[in-house]
Amino acid sequence: MKTSTSYNTAFILLGCALFLALLLNISLGSVSIPLKDIFNVFLDADSVKTSWKFIILDYRVPKAITAIIVGSGLSVSGLLMQTLFRNPLAGPYVLGISSGASLGVALLVLGSSFFTGSLMASIGFNWSIALASSLGAFSVLFAVMLAANKLKNTMSILIIGLMFGSLSSALISVLAYFSSADQLQQYMFWSFGSLGNLSWTEIMVLTGVTGLGFFMVLFIIKPLNSLLLGENYAKSMGVNIKKTRRITLIATSLLTGVITAFSGPIAFVGLAVPHLTKLLFNTSNHKLLLPAVAISGAIIMLVCDSIAQLPNSEFTLPINAITSLFGAPIVIWLLIRKRTLS
Amino acid sequence: MNKTAPLIVAVKNVSIGYQTRKKQTVIATGINIALYKGTLVCLLGKNGIGKSTLLRSITNVQPVLSGDILIKNKSILDYSPAEFSKTISLVLTERLPESNLTVYEIVALGRQPYTNWIGTVTASDRDFINRALKETNTTHLAAQKISELSDGQLQKVMIARAIAQDTELIILDEPTAHLDIHHKIETFSLLKKLARDFGKTILISTHEIQIALQLADELWLMKEEGIISGSLENIIKNNELEHLFSSDLITFDREKKQFIIK
Repeated sequence: MKTSTSYNTAFILLGCALFLALLLNISLGSVSIPLKDIFNVFLDADSVKTSWKFIILDYRVPKAITAIIVGSGLSVSGLLMQTLFRNPLAGPYVLGISSGASLGVALLVLGSSFFTGSLMASIGFNWSIALASSLGAFSVLFAVMLAANKLKNTMSILIIGLMFGSLSSALISVLAYFSSADQLQQYMFWSFGSLGNLSWTEIMVLTGVTGLGFFMVLFIIKPLNSLLLGENYAKSMGVNIKKTRRITLIATSLLTGVITAFSGPIAFVGLAVPHLTKLLFNTSNHKLLLPAVAISGAIIMLVCDSIAQLPNSEFTLPINAITSLFGAPIVIWLLIRKRTLS
Repeated sequence: MNKTAPLIVAVKNVSIGYQTRKKQTVIATGINIALYKGTLVCLLGKNGIGKSTLLRSITNVQPVLSGDILIKNKSILDYSPAEFSKTISLVLTERLPESNLTVYEIVALGRQPYTNWIGTVTASDRDFINRALKETNTTHLAAQKISELSDGQLQKVMIARAIAQDTELIILDEPTAHLDIHHKIETFSLLKKLARDFGKTILISTHEIQIALQLADELWLMKEEGIISGSLENIIKNNELEHLFSSDLITFDREKKQFIIK
């Protein structure tokens, strides 16, 4: 058993790492800006070139905030799903949320009827994508929840989520088959995921909903800990399983739904970060794990985004490719070193 | 059997079984039994006779088909989950999911019915946890992860968790199923001590007839015809054990107080 002081040290280290990752993320990009000037944007704005100020304040900072929210939100969702389903392979998307969101976006982009065209024209591309993906995510989720209410067995929810995922993918394939190359490309770009291009208003919506999701998680820390012994023990210790399950599912869908709506289906982070954190912290206590997972998720997302920028070049790689490309080897290496997974 | 001790569990005219939309499967019917404070009761019966179903009914995991189950003179249906968890604790046969929990953390989970909304363990909770660890001789294991424990150690830890839950009644479903003879006896002696010295009421479903015959204050025999309960002397006197297994292969020797192979 680690003492609370060593956990405190770990949290201080994580905090420092988060700050460094944030600094790294803001200081790197296609235009190279000296570190001194980056600090000056916040301290002494008049001494900095206007174009640099613009790049930092309207592009890099919003992107960094998005990365922090996306990374922490998806990682916390992943942890919730792994505990609820007692399955190390569960991630934020097991409930079929990403498939639902993809289906919504596919209908919008690939369907391209008169209606969707006028929708995009009236509220803008970003918002209509967000709207379509939220509608898709929440309708799939609603179907899963409806089925979940009829089921006693938590494992069946997992399978139902996977089935809805398959259904959505099949529908997307049909849509894709009948669409033009341009439309397909547009859909593909969305599915690569992206942290940039969000306006401050969009970031406010993202932050608000994510905050609500995190707030709900606070109330299930205690029942989640007893669920570590299995549902029957949890019930014998006074846990209301149905209520806990419902809050967990709603919190996860809020977090995953809104993140997917604004940044696309970002793979891997939600599955891997909880494992990384459990290996580093060596605990199962959600009171420690949840904040640790949230901070680690934010750090990893910031670092991945910095790499995706390909500093000092004009190219940006899809964030989805980077998360897996750099994350997967790290998890494999850690697992081999520690040889346990829980 | 000391009938002046307070009544903890009263099972009144209960039928147990499964109810689906189409049909009712009755497993046992007309069950009338009582459980008094400070007794160690062993529930015996062959596989599939419905021991687990009975325990699941008493612990309100599964609804009864008819009849009433009262715990401390109150129907189990009238208990809130929080109140129920302060009255009954369980030790189950199922394997625990993989986790990084330490022994101390598991025993501490037993305090959940008493802790605040976020599960803060107070000084008095720590007292209960340390006492539970001490009573089960697991204090030296406190910092170990559960994955590092042997089956025997794990079972003691789960009993410690039930003790920390500080309930009048502890129900154990085949607590010694995976254990060797030494650990079986150790577990039963521990439970006997809890009943005798700490006034806990303990109900165990078990196949360890030989140990049960020596340690239990009372036996519940579950047979096709129904449940018979009573002290060992009464049960032997009434020839009840002879028919526990409807088999020609074993018989009960009244002199030696044990089952023998024919």
